[in-house]
Formats: sequence, structure tokens, C-alpha cells
Amino acid sequence: MSDRAKRVVAPALLLASLFAAWELTVHIAHVPGYILPPPSRIVVTFFLQFGMLWPHILVTVAEVVYGLLLGSALGLLLATAIVYVPVIEWAVHPLIIASQMIPVFAIAPLLIVWLGYGLWPKVIVTALICFFPIVVNGVDGLRSASEETLELFRSLGASRWQTFIKLRWPGSLPALFSGWKIGATLSVVGATIGEWIGATRGLGYLMRQSNALLRVDVVFAAILALALVGLLLFGIVRIIERLVLRWRQPTSG
Amino acid sequence: MSELEFVLAAEGLSVSFPSKIGRTEVLDGVSFAVARGGWTTCVGPSGCGKTTLLRALAGLIEPDEGRIRVDGEVGARSSAMAYLPQRDTLLPWRSALHNAVLGSELARHPRAGALEEARELFVRFGLSDAVHQYPNQLSGGMRQRVAVIRTYLTHREILLLDEPLGALDPLTRTSLQGWLLDVWRELGKSILLVTHDVEEALLLSDRVLVLSPRPAHLRTVIDPSLRRPRSRSAPDFVRQKEELLNLLCEVET
Repeated sequence: MSDRAKRVVAPALLLASLFAAWELTVHIAHVPGYILPPPSRIVVTFFLQFGMLWPHILVTVAEVVYGLLLGSALGLLLATAIVYVPVIEWAVHPLIIASQMIPVFAIAPLLIVWLGYGLWPKVIVTALICFFPIVVNGVDGLRSASEETLELFRSLGASRWQTFIKLRWPGSLPALFSGWKIGATLSVVGATIGEWIGATRGLGYLMRQSNALLRVDVVFAAILALALVGLLLFGIVRIIERLVLRWRQPTSG
Repeated sequence: MSELEFVLAAEGLSVSFPSKIGRTEVLDGVSFAVARGGWTTCVGPSGCGKTTLLRALAGLIEPDEGRIRVDGEVGARSSAMAYLPQRDTLLPWRSALHNAVLGSELARHPRAGALEEARELFVRFGLSDAVHQYPNQLSGGMRQRVAVIRTYLTHREILLLDEPLGALDPLTRTSLQGWLLDVWRELGKSILLVTHDVEEALLLSDRVLVLSPRPAHLRTVIDPSLRRPRSRSAPDFVRQKEELLNLLCEVET
């Protein structure tokens, strides 16, 4: 079997055996469906209720995408400012780190008080969660230009803008994409937290409602939908990464 | 030789760097001249300040004392110098061709013309296969060739080459020495090369500047005055190499 095939088969096998164990346990122990439904029931619910899930999925996807874009924009601006202005680094760096100590669960209700039940509190929560890996990786990436290359640019009379756009920025992309991949994964969590606290739509809202109604199968179906959204987003970021960083793949010969 | 046959003249260059014990002297009144269209090579014991000398000439550091004249004039020196740093400085996200035109791009020259000229040079100097390759797809020797073409394409008077062949294996090194000679003969630039390889210095240059250990001053100037093409086994060559090696070793003890 090729390595490529193994990389698909190995996680599939592991997942399948976990689900099989789950399925068997539920049946043998006669666990009631409102405590823990078997995976088969969750899949059936997912497909039967897909019409009901779909609008919630769209809402969550919108929050995730806007949040990721907002977080990326903020993260990039901040990373650039940190790299270029030492005072900003000294002033902002401790705050950024401290901001990660504050649980998002503490901020989300405030945002809902200030901004209402609409899209924006969730977008902001998502942005807050995913901007951190983007700032950290962005700063590392922008600083990764070697002293020699910077001197080369200086000896060629490059302006600060040219040095940024032709050297630091393209050089930061490998690190930035690592940050984006982490951010994309976290963004799904961010949107769900926002919806959990106060929303009228979205997968987080649906999970909370279904939980209250003891529809545990719907909760799991929503989790499945969330996982798929997260995987899709991660996949998209990876595809963009491969396209943008084509130069990293050595061709044989 | 009259004044104007020298394209570059350094007069009493002194450079020091701040250190724990005050300042460390690196260059101590180095004076020399580079003939227009000629090949001057600078050798010296390792760590004597050869790279510092090139960086001072390229305008990357300010000498504490001394003057640098280009075409007899003081000032505006950096726009006459094309500096090739010691370490590989090709940008990994650019193809070889686009790396080669970096200088004219930063100087905001028309793009099409620069690319056309670069393409011609690639064909002329055996790089046609490399045009669209990324640096990590090229061998070390090819990368250095591209870097030399990039240095030439800045269209500056004097090429400052800091051990361009230092990191290559002996075979590649030998073939690149011949290649560099071709480039120099055909393109007619003035070259100031820094190397620790005595044989390379004698093989390539019209004049060899011998530096003392740090703080470096000019110890002596050798005119190889050997007929080209030079042979490593010619008795004259062997004798001069012997003398030069003795000189450097004596300096080191």
C-alpha cells in the first residue's frame, strides 16, 4: 500500500473502530437515545434533518468566514505594526498575551449586551479567537527575512515599502499559513461559543435548543455538521497554501 | 596609470564596531584602487575583515575614517556598487529569471526590457534551463550563477563579490571560476572579489590585494601578470601561489 493510501486508510480505520465500539456499547448496555444515541442514529438524523440543519449551517459558516477574515486583517495589521514599530511591540505584546488568558465565554455575553443578538457578536468572538495564532505566526514570518537579504535590498536602494512588499511579506507566507490553518480550526469554536451564549440561529444555537429538549441525536448531528465545516475550511486554506507556496515543493530531477 | 583608469579608490578606510571592551578595530587604514574593467581580488587570513571591507564599499556601513572615490568623485558610491553577499540570497518564491531582475525592479526600470535582457543573458551564459526554476530546484552552482547575473543586471559599475564560490564543492567551484571569467570578459565590468582561496585569486585576477590579520591593513599588492588562460600547473603560477601562501601563513603566526 502506498503511503498516500495509508494516510487515508489509517484515520478511516481508527474512526470506524471507535464508532463500532460506540455502536456496540450503546446496544449492549441499552443506553437510552436521549443520553447517548448510537452513531448510526446520528448519521440518520443528520440526513433526515438536513433540511432543518442547512439554514443553521449557513449562518455559522457566514460567522466563521467573516470572523476569520476580520481576525486575519487585524492580525496582519498588528503583526506588521509590531515588526516595524518597537514601541507598539512593547506596548501591545503583553496585552495580546493577556487577552488570551481571558476566557471568550466571559466576553461573549458582554458583546451580546452591546451589539445584540445578530451576526456581529459572533463574528467578533470568532475574530478574537483566531487572530492570536495569526499575529504570532505573522510576526515570526515577517521577521524571518535574513540579515543578508535585508542588506542586499538596502544595497539595491530598496525603499521600506519595497522591502516589505517584495521581501518581508512573501517571506512571511509559510508561517502565516500555519497561523491561518490553526485560526481556521479555532474559528469554528469561536462562532459556536458566540451562538451558544445568545443567538436565534446557527449550529451553536441549535445544539443548545436540542440539548434542552433532550434531542441528543440532533446535538450530535450539529456537531457532525460543525466538524465538516471545520474540515472543509481547513482544506480550503490548505489548497490556497499549496497554490500560493508552489515554490516550496521541490520537483524531482 | 592615470587617475581615471581606476574606477574605485579607497583611501585610508578605518572601520570599528562597538564591543565589550569599547570598540573593536576591523579595518585600519586600508587603501587600494580598482582598475576600470579589471579584476581585483582581496585575500587575507579568515576573519580579517574582508567582508567588512565590501560592506563599507557597498555603503552598508559607514567607515570611521577614510574616503571612497568612484570615478575620482567622493559620494554617491553605493549607486555604483553591485554587492553580492556571501550567503545565498536568492528569493525562494521567485523563479531564477525573476530573481535576476530584482535590481532593476527595485530601481523601477521597465519590466519587459529587464526580463528580455535577463533572458538573453541566461541563454548566453548557459542558464536557459533554469529560467523558470525556483531556487530550491537548482544546484548550488546554478544558484550562484543566477546570483551573479542578478548582480550584473543592477547595471552598476563595480561588482563586489563576497566569496561567491565559497560554499561549493571543488569541481563546481572550478567550473564556476571559468564561467566567472567568461562573464567578466564578455560583460566588461570591474570586479572586486573577496576570497580565502589563494589559487582562485591568482587564477582570476589582474591584481591581488593581501590584507593583514585584524585590524586589517593592506599588506601588499601582487600583480600576477600571468598570461591568460592561466594554468594551475604552470611553473610561474605554482611559484606565485607558493609565495602568496607563505605570505599569508607568515602573517597568521
